[in-house]
Amino acid sequence: MKPFDYTAPSTIADAVSLLSQHNGEARVLAGGTDILVQLREGLREAGIVIDVKKIAELRALDCCSTSGLTLGASTPCAEIYGNADVCTAYPALTDAARIIGGWQIQSRASIGGNLCNASPAADSIPALIALNAVALVAGPNGQREIPVADFCTAPGRNALAAGELLVCLQFPAPSAKSSSAYQRFIPRNEMDIAVVGVGSWLQLDESGQTILSARVALGAVAPTPVFAAEASDWLAGKPATEDTYRQAGELARKSASPISDMRGTAEYRVHLVGVLTQRTLAKAVQRAVAQRAAG
Amino acid sequence: MAAGSDQKKYKVIGTRPIRPDGADKVTGRAIYGADVQLSGLVHGKILRSPHAHAKIKSVDVSAALQAAGVLAVVTGADFPELKDKIAQLGEGAVNLAYLSGNLLARDKVLYKGHAVAAVAARTANQAEEALKKIRVEYEPLPAVTWVLDAMQDDAPLLHDDIHTDSMGNQSEKPSNISTHLHFETGDVGQGFKQADVVIEREFKTASVHQGYIEPHVATALWNTDGRLKIWTSTQGSFTARQQTAELLQIPVSQVTVVPCEIGGGFGGKISVYLEPVAALLSRKCGRPVKMTMTREACFEATGPTPGSYMRVKIGATKEGKIVAGEAYLAYDAGAYPGGMIGPGCMCVFSCYEFPNAVVDGYDVMLNKPKTQAYRAPGATHAALACETIIDELAEKLKLDPIEFRLMNAAQEGTRRVDGPVYPRVGLIECLEAAKASEHYQSSLKGPNRGRGVAAGFWFNIGLKSAATANVNADGCVTLLEGSTDIGGSRASIAMQLAETLGIAAEDVHPAVVDTDSVGYTDVTGGSRVTFATGMAVYQVGRKIRAQMMERAAELWEVDAASVSEADGVYSSGEHSLPFKELAVKLHEIGGPIVGSASVNPQGSSNGFGVQIADVEVDPETGKVSVLRYTVIQDAGQAIHPSYVEGQMQGGAVQGIGWALNEEYFYGDDGQMKNASFLDYRMPTALDVPMIETIIVEVPNPEHPFGVRGVGETPIVPPVAAMANAVYAATGVRMRDIPMSPPKLWKALAEKESS
Repeated sequence: MKPFDYTAPSTIADAVSLLSQHNGEARVLAGGTDILVQLREGLREAGIVIDVKKIAELRALDCCSTSGLTLGASTPCAEIYGNADVCTAYPALTDAARIIGGWQIQSRASIGGNLCNASPAADSIPALIALNAVALVAGPNGQREIPVADFCTAPGRNALAAGELLVCLQFPAPSAKSSSAYQRFIPRNEMDIAVVGVGSWLQLDESGQTILSARVALGAVAPTPVFAAEASDWLAGKPATEDTYRQAGELARKSASPISDMRGTAEYRVHLVGVLTQRTLAKAVQRAVAQRAAG
Repeated sequence: MAAGSDQKKYKVIGTRPIRPDGADKVTGRAIYGADVQLSGLVHGKILRSPHAHAKIKSVDVSAALQAAGVLAVVTGADFPELKDKIAQLGEGAVNLAYLSGNLLARDKVLYKGHAVAAVAARTANQAEEALKKIRVEYEPLPAVTWVLDAMQDDAPLLHDDIHTDSMGNQSEKPSNISTHLHFETGDVGQGFKQADVVIEREFKTASVHQGYIEPHVATALWNTDGRLKIWTSTQGSFTARQQTAELLQIPVSQVTVVPCEIGGGFGGKISVYLEPVAALLSRKCGRPVKMTMTREACFEATGPTPGSYMRVKIGATKEGKIVAGEAYLAYDAGAYPGGMIGPGCMCVFSCYEFPNAVVDGYDVMLNKPKTQAYRAPGATHAALACETIIDELAEKLKLDPIEFRLMNAAQEGTRRVDGPVYPRVGLIECLEAAKASEHYQSSLKGPNRGRGVAAGFWFNIGLKSAATANVNADGCVTLLEGSTDIGGSRASIAMQLAETLGIAAEDVHPAVVDTDSVGYTDVTGGSRVTFATGMAVYQVGRKIRAQMMERAAELWEVDAASVSEADGVYSSGEHSLPFKELAVKLHEIGGPIVGSASVNPQGSSNGFGVQIADVEVDPETGKVSVLRYTVIQDAGQAIHPSYVEGQMQGGAVQGIGWALNEEYFYGDDGQMKNASFLDYRMPTALDVPMIETIIVEVPNPEHPFGVRGVGETPIVPPVAAMANAVYAATGVRMRDIPMSPPKLWKALAEKESS
């Protein structure tokens, strides 16, 4: 590991200016749970590490029933699942936040960092895509929005241009009778990386019998997390039954193009997409119905 | 709970005192290898091969020598010439050229991660940066990483000077098969003719690693007077001393090894890796050099246990009597000869009466790191094969699996296929305890659930141990021992001395000391410490007792022959003093008392165990959950039952990991793809239930307190027990280990479609 400088700006403007100034050799540190390991193991190098935890906007956690959720890019997972409103409105997000690393990691690791790290197997990204989250990015030329579904471009690569910083993630306000779920398959019960992860969001009609619309997203089955468009579109108007979930799982498998590696064969991963799509849809429906009963 | 112990024979043995090293360990004050800090300390790092197999055409270290902070660079050429030098290293003969070649490669690299050069620099980062400046020119060669492939005539050859040794005969052509072993008893052909049921199966297992939490770490100081001092995390300080001295061709007495606390070894911290390299660097730069392995290096370049191919056949009569067995075992040895095939062959049929049996074993070299011992090395593989077939036979014969095992269980007088005849052993008692256990008697209900049982055997050796004890003026006893404490042995050794002296466990203060401060002691391995070092302190205790009796006679002015001792109280006529009170008076009656002993018991103490596993399989994902697990084992006599239970639980958990997920996963390029704890999946605390234990005590007649070793037997049955449980849950026999979810799902899907 080479020695590097460290700085912790307190404004977005300062951070963006530092990033531009040290173009190519600056690395952003939010929780640091990926970047510090990568630096130590020589997977990435840094001339300067820019700690963004001191920037107020990046620590936001504003959950509002009308305007939705604004989640600062460096807000740690433990704060997210520690917020009852977020747990109720965006359960796929908190499902993911609860299983990224152990407790120590969760008290530092952020969803923004998980997204920027752009691992194909990242736990939070299928949940973000299912929840239709949008990334707000600040750069030398001002701010822009990138839908999370378009944020990752390749393993370890993202859509941020030189000098750009992820500020926050914005989630639409929860619609009535909607809910979501994220599940991953791991061979152990903890401290593991997803062999496959699936996030599902859906909205039921007034009766709770029919799916109005749905979004299914998949992790660890392609170079980036993917939105399962065919399965998602097909679900609209279908009855909320096990048979529907199973058929959606069949369709979701078509969106998967996995590799075989030490975590599982391609054939197995495609199979798991079906299983987890079915299970997350059932869970999301169960939650949406329970919410209706409680509300 | 302890079955079979109906008496309160002992005051200290069998109790659970607080461990003497507990406070230091739970407060972080214990000194592990990584905690060693010395004035002027510098840091060493190793350059490792990116290829699984390649010729080294040249190594240019000139740029590295010029790099910032660099103080020394060494390569394989810095080791003395060791061709054809054989050393006796306690566990058999070792060709020093192979050992040295494993530490720093010379002409060829034989596996990915093979060490090629080392740098010492002022900081660890400087050393790492300097490694990047070493230019190594390789000529890559084809690699082979599966044992059966490596046995083929046209396989890439690792060593052109190694020929197959088959019962003393050398093969004409060089070969990757270094040894062919053959054991035979009775007449197998006739035996199988008597059989009504014969089952023959093939098995494969992947390489697995011990997975000790603490990576290898060593610090060496080659002083200006020529003396070499080493601080290291090792299972055997004397073995580390001897290996280092032999490799550097210096006298053993020139080397002192200070054993640090050790964060796990399980057999993997017997061979040296860093110590001699750090010593060479220290000699060049004149400073203490510290080296620490990364986890990746631990996986890629230390010794896992073999991957294996096994074909085993067993025949039984319809009445349930085993009549014949045949085993073909091929274990990989890694890049150098001398793997775990010997014990594998001896263990495969070790649990039962086999009137007729034949075993052929092959030690096979391939492009993987040199294998090392891992807890009952070689036995777990063999037990998988034997115990799976035993389970199938029991099912075919419509016999309860424990009943079938009882009908054939090894007992006093049973001759093992490799020759030895068992003295009093405890397998039958373990099987009876398993059968009577609440676990086995309970019913297991629900879909996709199943129960499996398996038995296992391990030798448990004796070998050399020494100890010294000093009686202090306050009546406490300081105990110096050479056995590094991995599994609570400070406690179990101190307790045996306390029992011998009739004093409290807390009044013995044990210390694990360096190689200059105690007599030669073999490794903490082979489940030998509580047995052999325990025997040494028993003798130490008896010697102290004899001296105390003489001193009492002097104090009371009576005839020494009139003094007796019982329960730590010395008496003669109306005189009587307990040990502690007599000790206080020692300065008046001849001064302090010291006792020392050195023992070298031979043979094995023969530990048997039985395990019961309840599992549930998710048919959609192939994931196995362990619902309940019980370990039953003959400990001979449990000294500190908590640590016996700890060994039983730890071995079972490691075996469960081996069964379910652990494996060296190789790519087509011969490289390990999962050299991290993220992708090398050992079980976590959330992956196993509380492991239940039943200690059986059939005292070992060869030990003063009846001790049998306990550390290794518990890892022998688990893979088989889990495979048998998965079969009971799903109807699928898994013979390709690990039974990882992708493999089990595939097997379930194939069963479904057939």
